[in-house]
Amino acid sequence: MARFKRKGKGGMPAISTASLPDIVFMLLFFFMVSTTMREVDLKIKVRLPEATEIKKLEKKSLVSYIYVGAPIKAYQAKLGTEPRLQLNDEISAVSDVVNYISAEREKMDEADIPFMTTSIKADMDVKMGIITDIKQELRKAQALKINYSTRKKM
Amino acid sequence: MARPIQEINAGSMADIAFLLLIFFLVTTTMDVDSGITRKLPPIQEKQKNDEKIKERNVYVVSINYHNQVAVEGELMPVYKICDGVKEFIKNPNNDPNLSEKKEKDIPLLGKMMVSKGVVSLQNDNGTSYSKYIEVQNELVRAFNELRDEFAMKQWGKKYKDLTKEQQDAVKKIYPMTISEAEPRNVGGK
Repeated sequence: MARFKRKGKGGMPAISTASLPDIVFMLLFFFMVSTTMREVDLKIKVRLPEATEIKKLEKKSLVSYIYVGAPIKAYQAKLGTEPRLQLNDEISAVSDVVNYISAEREKMDEADIPFMTTSIKADMDVKMGIITDIKQELRKAQALKINYSTRKKM
Repeated sequence: MARPIQEINAGSMADIAFLLLIFFLVTTTMDVDSGITRKLPPIQEKQKNDEKIKERNVYVVSINYHNQVAVEGELMPVYKICDGVKEFIKNPNNDPNLSEKKEKDIPLLGKMMVSKGVVSLQNDNGTSYSKYIEVQNELVRAFNELRDEFAMKQWGKKYKDLTKEQQDAVKKIYPMTISEAEPRNVGGK
Protein backbone atom coordinates (compact mmCIF):
# COMPACT_ATOMS: atom_id res chain seq x y z
CA MET A 1 0.00 0.00 0.00
CA ALA A 2 2.70 2.42 1.04
CA ARG A 3 4.83 1.37 -1.86
CA PHE A 4 2.01 1.94 -4.21
CA LYS A 5 1.49 5.49 -2.91
CA ARG A 6 5.13 6.37 -3.24
CA LYS A 7 5.18 5.20 -6.77
CA GLY A 8 2.20 7.40 -7.58
CA LYS A 9 3.88 10.46 -6.13
CA GLY A 10 7.32 10.24 -7.58
CA GLY A 11 6.49 8.44 -10.76
CA MET A 12 5.54 11.41 -12.87
CA PRO A 13 8.55 12.57 -14.87
CA ALA A 14 9.44 16.25 -14.61
CA ILE A 15 8.55 18.28 -17.70
CA SER A 16 11.69 19.37 -19.42
CA THR A 17 12.04 23.12 -19.32
CA ALA A 18 15.11 23.17 -21.49
CA SER A 19 13.21 24.62 -24.43
CA LEU A 20 11.52 27.31 -22.36
CA PRO A 21 14.26 29.91 -22.98
CA ASP A 22 13.93 29.31 -26.70
CA ILE A 23 10.19 29.89 -26.59
CA VAL A 24 10.60 33.04 -24.56
CA PHE A 25 13.35 34.32 -26.84
CA MET A 26 11.09 33.73 -29.79
CA LEU A 27 8.39 35.85 -28.12
CA LEU A 28 10.98 38.46 -27.27
CA PHE A 29 12.15 38.77 -30.86
CA PHE A 30 8.59 38.97 -32.07
CA PHE A 31 7.91 41.90 -29.80
CA MET A 32 11.20 43.58 -30.60
CA VAL A 33 10.46 43.48 -34.29
CA SER A 34 6.78 44.33 -34.25
CA THR A 35 6.81 47.21 -31.79
CA THR A 36 8.37 50.60 -31.52
CA MET A 37 9.80 52.36 -28.54
CA ARG A 38 7.45 54.57 -26.61
CA GLU A 39 8.74 58.06 -27.03
CA VAL A 40 6.77 60.23 -24.72
CA ASP A 41 5.20 59.92 -21.35
CA LEU A 42 1.65 61.11 -21.74
CA LYS A 43 0.38 63.41 -19.05
CA ILE A 44 -3.00 63.62 -20.72
CA LYS A 45 -5.59 61.08 -21.66
CA VAL A 46 -5.93 60.49 -25.37
CA ARG A 47 -8.62 58.20 -26.70
CA LEU A 48 -8.44 58.43 -30.44
CA PRO A 49 -11.63 58.67 -32.48
CA GLU A 50 -12.43 56.01 -35.04
CA ALA A 51 -12.44 56.31 -38.80
CA THR A 52 -12.43 54.03 -41.81
CA GLU A 53 -10.66 56.02 -44.52
CA ILE A 54 -7.26 56.13 -42.96
CA LYS A 55 -3.75 56.20 -44.26
CA LYS A 56 -0.71 54.86 -42.51
CA LEU A 57 2.02 57.27 -41.64
CA GLU A 58 5.01 55.92 -43.47
CA LYS A 59 8.15 57.36 -41.96
CA LYS A 60 8.13 57.88 -38.25
CA SER A 61 11.13 60.20 -38.36
CA LEU A 62 9.19 62.71 -40.44
CA VAL A 63 6.30 62.95 -38.04
CA SER A 64 5.95 65.32 -35.13
CA TYR A 65 3.19 64.74 -32.67
CA ILE A 66 0.82 67.06 -30.91
CA TYR A 67 -1.24 65.50 -28.17
CA VAL A 68 -4.47 67.08 -26.99
CA GLY A 69 -6.65 65.91 -24.17
CA ALA A 70 -7.70 66.32 -20.57
CA PRO A 71 -4.94 65.71 -18.00
CA ILE A 72 -4.88 62.31 -16.34
CA LYS A 73 -5.88 61.93 -12.67
CA ALA A 74 -2.38 62.29 -11.28
CA TYR A 75 -1.92 65.70 -12.85
CA GLN A 76 -5.41 67.05 -12.43
CA ALA A 77 -4.55 68.85 -9.22
CA LYS A 78 -1.82 70.76 -10.99
CA LEU A 79 -3.26 71.19 -14.46
CA GLY A 80 -7.00 71.14 -13.99
CA THR A 81 -9.44 69.15 -16.06
CA GLU A 82 -9.64 71.32 -19.15
CA PRO A 83 -8.09 69.85 -22.30
CA ARG A 84 -4.43 70.70 -22.61
CA LEU A 85 -1.78 70.28 -25.21
CA GLN A 86 1.33 68.20 -24.87
CA LEU A 87 4.41 68.60 -27.02
CA ASN A 88 7.09 66.00 -26.33
CA ASP A 89 7.07 65.58 -22.58
CA GLU A 90 5.72 68.95 -21.59
CA ILE A 91 2.31 70.42 -21.22
CA SER A 92 2.39 73.52 -23.37
CA ALA A 93 0.34 76.44 -24.48
CA VAL A 94 -1.02 76.71 -27.99
CA SER A 95 1.43 79.51 -28.73
CA ASP A 96 4.36 77.11 -28.18
CA VAL A 97 3.43 75.14 -31.29
CA VAL A 98 5.36 77.42 -33.64
CA ASN A 99 8.57 77.00 -31.64
CA TYR A 100 8.06 73.28 -31.36
CA ILE A 101 7.62 72.88 -35.11
CA SER A 102 10.72 74.89 -35.90
CA ALA A 103 12.70 72.86 -33.37
CA GLU A 104 11.45 69.65 -34.96
CA ARG A 105 12.34 71.01 -38.36
CA GLU A 106 15.88 71.74 -37.31
CA LYS A 107 16.37 68.14 -36.26
CA MET A 108 15.52 66.89 -39.73
CA ASP A 109 17.50 66.51 -42.90
CA GLU A 110 17.01 69.39 -45.23
CA ALA A 111 15.76 67.08 -47.95
CA ASP A 112 13.06 65.71 -45.66
CA ILE A 113 11.58 69.02 -44.61
CA PRO A 114 8.93 69.21 -47.34
CA PHE A 115 7.62 65.81 -46.29
CA MET A 116 7.26 66.73 -42.67
CA THR A 117 3.90 65.79 -41.23
CA THR A 118 2.30 66.87 -38.01
CA SER A 119 0.11 64.30 -36.41
CA ILE A 120 -2.62 65.62 -34.15
CA LYS A 121 -3.51 63.05 -31.56
CA ALA A 122 -6.55 64.43 -29.88
CA ASP A 123 -9.01 62.90 -27.50
CA MET A 124 -12.53 62.19 -28.76
CA ASP A 125 -14.14 64.52 -26.26
CA VAL A 126 -12.01 67.55 -27.05
CA LYS A 127 -13.85 70.51 -28.49
CA MET A 128 -12.88 71.88 -31.87
CA GLY A 129 -11.91 75.27 -30.44
CA ILE A 130 -8.48 74.12 -29.31
CA ILE A 131 -7.96 72.09 -32.49
CA THR A 132 -8.77 75.12 -34.62
CA ASP A 133 -6.29 77.19 -32.63
CA ILE A 134 -3.61 74.55 -33.20
CA LYS A 135 -4.38 74.47 -36.90
CA GLN A 136 -3.99 78.23 -37.10
CA GLU A 137 -0.62 77.98 -35.33
CA LEU A 138 0.50 75.24 -37.71
CA ARG A 139 -0.40 77.41 -40.65
CA LYS A 140 1.69 80.20 -39.15
CA ALA A 141 4.56 77.73 -38.76
CA GLN A 142 4.14 76.63 -42.38
CA ALA A 143 3.59 73.05 -41.29
CA LEU A 144 0.72 72.37 -43.64
CA LYS A 145 0.70 68.60 -43.87
CA ILE A 146 -1.32 67.34 -40.99
CA ASN A 147 -2.79 64.06 -39.95
CA TYR A 148 -5.72 63.56 -37.63
CA SER A 149 -4.69 60.45 -35.82
CA THR A 150 -7.48 57.90 -35.61
CA ARG A 151 -8.01 54.27 -34.89
CA LYS A 152 -9.24 51.90 -37.53
CA LYS A 153 -12.92 51.22 -37.24
CA MET A 154 -13.64 47.55 -37.48
CA MET B 1 44.50 16.55 -14.75
CA ALA B 2 41.88 16.83 -17.41
CA ARG B 3 38.61 17.49 -15.66
CA PRO B 4 35.39 17.00 -17.46
CA ILE B 5 33.95 20.39 -18.41
CA GLN B 6 31.12 21.28 -16.11
CA GLU B 7 27.84 21.90 -17.78
CA ILE B 8 26.58 25.48 -17.38
CA ASN B 9 23.28 25.59 -15.63
CA ALA B 10 20.81 27.01 -18.12
CA GLY B 11 17.90 26.94 -15.73
CA SER B 12 17.93 30.70 -15.19
CA MET B 13 18.08 31.44 -18.90
CA ALA B 14 14.29 31.44 -19.05
CA ASP B 15 14.13 33.98 -16.25
CA ILE B 16 16.58 36.26 -18.00
CA ALA B 17 14.65 36.01 -21.23
CA PHE B 18 11.37 36.69 -19.44
CA LEU B 19 12.89 39.76 -17.88
CA LEU B 20 13.92 41.07 -21.27
CA LEU B 21 10.54 40.23 -22.71
CA ILE B 22 8.71 42.10 -20.01
CA PHE B 23 11.02 45.08 -20.44
CA PHE B 24 10.15 45.26 -24.13
CA LEU B 25 6.46 44.77 -23.50
CA VAL B 26 6.43 47.73 -21.18
CA THR B 27 8.59 50.14 -23.13
CA THR B 28 7.23 49.62 -26.60
CA THR B 29 3.98 50.30 -28.33
CA MET B 30 2.33 48.13 -30.88
CA ASP B 31 0.09 50.56 -32.72
CA VAL B 32 0.92 51.76 -36.17
CA ASP B 33 0.16 55.41 -36.57
CA SER B 34 -2.63 56.05 -38.96
CA GLY B 35 -5.13 58.75 -39.57
CA ILE B 36 -6.81 61.10 -41.96
CA THR B 37 -4.27 63.16 -43.85
CA ARG B 38 -5.14 66.73 -44.68
CA LYS B 39 -3.38 69.71 -46.10
CA LEU B 40 -3.90 73.08 -44.51
CA PRO B 41 -4.15 76.14 -46.74
CA PRO B 42 -1.19 78.49 -46.54
CA ILE B 43 -2.00 81.73 -44.79
CA GLN B 44 -1.35 84.33 -47.48
CA GLU B 45 -3.12 82.79 -50.45
CA LYS B 46 -6.36 82.33 -48.65
CA GLN B 47 -8.13 85.47 -49.75
CA LYS B 48 -7.17 85.22 -53.40
CA ASN B 49 -8.57 81.72 -53.63
CA ASP B 50 -11.86 82.56 -52.05
CA GLU B 51 -12.71 85.20 -54.59
CA LYS B 52 -12.15 82.90 -57.50
CA ILE B 53 -14.49 80.14 -56.40
CA LYS B 54 -18.11 80.57 -57.41
CA GLU B 55 -20.94 79.91 -55.04
CA ARG B 56 -22.22 76.90 -56.95
CA ASN B 57 -18.83 75.22 -56.77
CA VAL B 58 -18.69 75.21 -53.01
CA TYR B 59 -20.34 72.47 -51.04
CA VAL B 60 -20.60 73.83 -47.55
CA VAL B 61 -20.73 71.32 -44.74
CA SER B 62 -21.03 72.85 -41.32
CA ILE B 63 -21.20 71.38 -37.86
CA ASN B 64 -22.62 73.45 -35.03
CA TYR B 65 -21.94 73.27 -31.33
CA HIS B 66 -24.77 70.79 -30.83
CA ASN B 67 -22.90 68.50 -33.22
CA GLN B 68 -25.61 68.85 -35.82
CA VAL B 69 -24.47 68.66 -39.41
CA ALA B 70 -25.84 70.95 -42.06
CA VAL B 71 -25.19 70.95 -45.77
CA GLU B 72 -25.74 74.26 -47.55
CA GLY B 73 -27.71 75.42 -44.56
CA GLU B 74 -29.98 72.40 -44.24
CA LEU B 75 -29.68 69.74 -41.58
CA MET B 76 -28.52 66.40 -42.87
CA PRO B 77 -27.71 63.12 -41.15
CA VAL B 78 -24.05 62.15 -41.33
CA TYR B 79 -24.56 59.02 -43.39
CA LYS B 80 -26.09 61.02 -46.23
CA ILE B 81 -23.11 63.34 -46.64
CA CYS B 82 -21.07 60.82 -48.59
CA ASP B 83 -23.72 60.46 -51.31
CA GLY B 84 -24.34 64.18 -51.29
CA VAL B 85 -20.70 64.93 -51.99
CA LYS B 86 -20.52 62.31 -54.71
CA GLU B 87 -23.59 63.73 -56.41
CA PHE B 88 -22.18 67.23 -56.10
CA ILE B 89 -18.81 66.35 -57.63
CA LYS B 90 -20.09 64.04 -60.36
CA ASN B 91 -23.08 66.18 -61.31
CA PRO B 92 -24.29 63.64 -63.89
CA ASN B 93 -27.11 65.76 -65.26
CA ASN B 94 -25.20 69.05 -65.29
CA ASP B 95 -27.52 70.54 -62.72
CA PRO B 96 -26.82 74.30 -62.47
CA ASN B 97 -26.92 74.08 -58.67
CA LEU B 98 -24.16 71.50 -58.47
CA SER B 99 -20.49 71.85 -59.34
CA GLU B 100 -19.22 73.12 -62.67
CA LYS B 101 -16.98 71.01 -64.83
CA LYS B 102 -14.00 71.96 -66.89
CA GLU B 103 -12.19 70.07 -69.60
CA LYS B 104 -8.67 69.12 -68.58
CA ASP B 105 -5.84 67.20 -70.14
CA ILE B 106 -5.18 64.09 -68.10
CA PRO B 107 -2.14 61.92 -68.79
CA LEU B 108 -3.11 58.40 -69.97
CA LEU B 109 -6.72 59.37 -70.55
CA GLY B 110 -6.70 62.48 -72.69
CA LYS B 111 -9.35 65.14 -72.32
CA MET B 112 -11.68 64.60 -69.40
CA MET B 113 -14.32 66.64 -67.65
CA VAL B 114 -13.07 67.55 -64.19
CA SER B 115 -15.29 69.03 -61.53
CA LYS B 116 -14.37 72.40 -60.10
CA GLY B 117 -16.26 71.65 -56.92
CA VAL B 118 -14.77 72.26 -53.51
CA VAL B 119 -16.05 70.85 -50.27
CA SER B 120 -15.76 73.29 -47.45
CA LEU B 121 -15.97 72.01 -43.91
CA GLN B 122 -16.87 74.54 -41.27
CA ASN B 123 -17.09 73.97 -37.59
CA ASP B 124 -17.89 75.78 -34.41
CA ASN B 125 -15.57 76.12 -31.45
CA GLY B 126 -17.94 73.95 -29.47
CA THR B 127 -18.09 71.12 -32.00
CA SER B 128 -16.73 67.90 -30.58
CA TYR B 129 -13.63 66.46 -32.17
CA SER B 130 -15.13 63.02 -32.64
CA LYS B 131 -18.01 64.46 -34.68
CA TYR B 132 -15.59 66.48 -36.74
CA ILE B 133 -13.52 63.38 -37.51
CA GLU B 134 -16.67 61.45 -38.33
CA VAL B 135 -17.66 64.05 -40.92
CA GLN B 136 -14.10 64.31 -42.26
CA ASN B 137 -14.13 60.59 -42.66
CA GLU B 138 -17.36 60.71 -44.65
CA LEU B 139 -15.92 63.36 -46.95
CA VAL B 140 -12.77 61.37 -47.61
CA ARG B 141 -14.91 58.28 -48.14
CA ALA B 142 -16.91 60.10 -50.82
CA PHE B 143 -13.77 60.92 -52.76
CA ASN B 144 -12.33 57.46 -52.32
CA GLU B 145 -15.55 55.94 -53.60
CA LEU B 146 -15.56 58.24 -56.60
CA ARG B 147 -12.02 57.18 -57.40
CA ASP B 148 -12.85 53.53 -56.92
CA GLU B 149 -15.88 53.78 -59.16
CA PHE B 150 -13.90 55.47 -61.87
CA ALA B 151 -11.07 52.96 -61.65
CA MET B 152 -13.60 50.13 -61.84
CA LYS B 153 -15.21 51.61 -64.95
CA GLN B 154 -11.94 52.36 -66.69
CA TRP B 155 -9.71 49.45 -65.80
CA GLY B 156 -11.94 47.03 -63.93
CA LYS B 157 -9.78 47.31 -60.83
CA LYS B 158 -9.97 49.01 -57.49
CA TYR B 159 -8.11 52.28 -57.11
CA LYS B 160 -5.49 50.84 -54.80
CA ASP B 161 -4.67 48.04 -57.29
CA LEU B 162 -3.86 50.45 -60.10
CA THR B 163 -0.36 51.32 -61.21
CA LYS B 164 1.24 54.53 -60.01
CA GLU B 165 0.54 56.36 -63.31
CA GLN B 166 -3.08 55.27 -63.34
CA GLN B 167 -3.52 56.35 -59.75
CA ASP B 168 -2.09 59.76 -60.53
CA ALA B 169 -4.47 60.13 -63.45
CA VAL B 170 -7.47 59.25 -61.29
CA LYS B 171 -6.24 61.66 -58.66
CA LYS B 172 -6.26 64.42 -61.26
CA ILE B 173 -9.83 63.64 -62.25
CA TYR B 174 -11.08 63.52 -58.69
CA PRO B 175 -8.75 65.70 -56.68
CA MET B 176 -9.42 65.65 -52.97
CA THR B 177 -10.72 69.18 -52.70
CA ILE B 178 -11.71 69.42 -49.09
CA SER B 179 -10.95 72.82 -47.67
CA GLU B 180 -10.42 73.54 -44.04
CA ALA B 181 -12.25 76.79 -43.63
CA GLU B 182 -11.12 79.68 -41.50
CA PRO B 183 -12.47 79.40 -38.00
CA ARG B 184 -15.96 80.78 -37.85
CA ASN B 185 -18.84 80.48 -35.53
CA VAL B 186 -21.55 78.29 -36.91
CA GLY B 187 -24.99 78.36 -35.39
CA GLY B 188 -24.62 80.31 -32.20
CA LYS B 189 -21.87 81.41 -29.90
